[in-house]
Amino acid sequence: MSQIATDREIDRSKMAVSDEVAIQINKMNKWYGAFHVLRDIDMTVQRGERIVIAGPSGSGKSTLIRCINRLEEHQKGDIIVDGIELTSDLKNIDKIRREVGMCFQHFNLFPHLTILENCTLAPMWVRKTPKKEAEEIAMHFLEKVKIPEQADKYPGQLSGGQQQRVAIARSLCMKPRIMLFDEPTSALDPEMIKEVLDTMVELAEEGMTMLCVTHEMGFAKQVANRVIFMDAGQIVEQNEPEEFFNNPKSERTKLFLSQILGH
Amino acid sequence: MSDTHAQTVAYVRETMLPEQAPPSTAAGPIRWMRDNLFSSVMNTVLTLLSVYFLWVVLSLVLPWVWYGSWTASSLRECREVVSDLGLAHGAACWSVIGERYLQLIYGFYPDELYWRANLAFILMIVALAPVLYPNLPRKILWFSALYPFLAFWLLWGGTLWTPVVAVAGFVLAYFAFEILNRAAGSLVGVIAAILVPVIWWLLLAGPVANGLAAVIPLAMEPVESAKFGGFMLSIIIGVTGIVMSLPLGILLALGRQSDLMIVKAICVGFIEFIRGVPLITLLFVASTLLNYFLPPGTTFDIILRVIIMVTLFASAYMAEVVRGGLAALPTGQYEAADALGLDYWKATRLITMPQALKISIPGIVSTFIGLFKDTTLVSIIGLLDPIGLTANIRADSNWNGIVWELYGFIALIFFIFCFSMSRYSMYLERKLKTGH
Repeated sequence: MSQIATDREIDRSKMAVSDEVAIQINKMNKWYGAFHVLRDIDMTVQRGERIVIAGPSGSGKSTLIRCINRLEEHQKGDIIVDGIELTSDLKNIDKIRREVGMCFQHFNLFPHLTILENCTLAPMWVRKTPKKEAEEIAMHFLEKVKIPEQADKYPGQLSGGQQQRVAIARSLCMKPRIMLFDEPTSALDPEMIKEVLDTMVELAEEGMTMLCVTHEMGFAKQVANRVIFMDAGQIVEQNEPEEFFNNPKSERTKLFLSQILGH
Repeated sequence: MSDTHAQTVAYVRETMLPEQAPPSTAAGPIRWMRDNLFSSVMNTVLTLLSVYFLWVVLSLVLPWVWYGSWTASSLRECREVVSDLGLAHGAACWSVIGERYLQLIYGFYPDELYWRANLAFILMIVALAPVLYPNLPRKILWFSALYPFLAFWLLWGGTLWTPVVAVAGFVLAYFAFEILNRAAGSLVGVIAAILVPVIWWLLLAGPVANGLAAVIPLAMEPVESAKFGGFMLSIIIGVTGIVMSLPLGILLALGRQSDLMIVKAICVGFIEFIRGVPLITLLFVASTLLNYFLPPGTTFDIILRVIIMVTLFASAYMAEVVRGGLAALPTGQYEAADALGLDYWKATRLITMPQALKISIPGIVSTFIGLFKDTTLVSIIGLLDPIGLTANIRADSNWNGIVWELYGFIALIFFIFCFSMSRYSMYLERKLKTGH
């Protein structure tokens, strides 16, 4: 397990957290059939916060962030994103998805479109941005993730790390106010993890509201201002990274940390 | 790795090995034959047996084809000419093709109007070209969209206003959708887009067309459906069926995967019913039974009825092929499209359907080829497609008893069409490959 994700200097002073609420979750519950995956989740995310969600597999952490953009439906409680309540109203769901970007473990780039087309598709069809402007935006973000030269290639021709950076750029092209990361480095070779984490750190430094499900504890220490530990569908402990890693309160957290940091 | 060396011999590579060209092996035809035909004893035996088999078949077939008579005017005369050649197995009487090829192509279409059928065929190629080759200018697609109506007018003749009011139905559907979609939501828009043209076609289109024809009579000599035949008929039924069954199949596949219970039930019911019934049965329904259900006095063109049945039949198979493609897509593709905020129709059109269709190309083209060959079944309900015409030609006392030459010629033409479709699909698969 990499202790230090990236070697760059981080200027935490730039990462201000505002009082404005970005996501509010009250007593949210979800079941898969009879299986109770998420139990009474309460959570408030301020604008500009970087939250890392950790926990053993099957603890419901991916399901939690997938509920925020309604890739999964919750059955009880409220989720309010950017002031809009998530209900089965399709218009609200579309509004929220426009403001919430997401990166997946397996990138999920569209293999039949070039890198540039992957990035311009949503701005053109969802935001009705003219093609030329959408391409300028796309090139801007591809430069930011440092792969503008791959714009005309297809996803299948890129390495895993490059594909994940394209996926991040694709989300950013929609100019989202919140970014969700669902284990963005879990499917990558160790050599490629750093390039993706660097991109994410840079994004954090610009004040993006981020929720990351990840096992990269180095990344958590470096950029997160809160770590949430989940087990069995519940939030077991949450704290600032320093406290969380050096002085965990719950026995379950201690066990988890000893297992992932111990070797 | 064994650790003995690792412990005793320290080793650091200082220069990386440069890339080298692959070893040059003996190339050329001899090498190829050794690799592919005579690589082992068993292989050599099989090669020799295959060569012997080919020799036997070709030595019988080729002389029969090559020495066939092109001049005899009847089967009896042909037999005499051929027996003079002294071949053990006789030779073909190709003169029947020379004498009847126009009939095999056009059926009983009036010969002074052949130019209309020819023009329709050439324009069909123009209309299909931009659909098949995306490099061509996109503007030709407007012609492709109008072509079916133009072709209908060219082939069947009659007043120009019939196809014009038919097009008007689609234009009305478009405006009904645009206006109501904005005013009352997409569901109302879709319902209006279906209802408005149906009402137009059933109630208003006929009188309007008659009225316009009375004012401005633009008409060509009409040709009735009974005169259609030969490959022209096969191509009309086949191409229309192919063009219409793909979109219908896509809609059925989407309906089958839909969350809307009733839509899903209708699609599943339709697909399973059609797939469970032989095409012949559907064609009999089209030719005879349908008349009992329609109000007396209505004339519902037989070719149109057959086209509808063939289309429905192929679309059920198409739906299953496309559903296979949709099922093969990773769920991540659907999720990524959702997460970007694309709605269902945009996600389907831009993300999932292009990929699903690409996966299903082999299956889709197989269905197309099957459909095109199945058009010969219309001979059973009395339409004069090439197979139907063979009976007709044999009824002529000059050609009574001729079989192989006619069927061989028809098989050859069908093979050319089907093989081109197969080659085109391979070209398309190569072109759409975006991986390594």
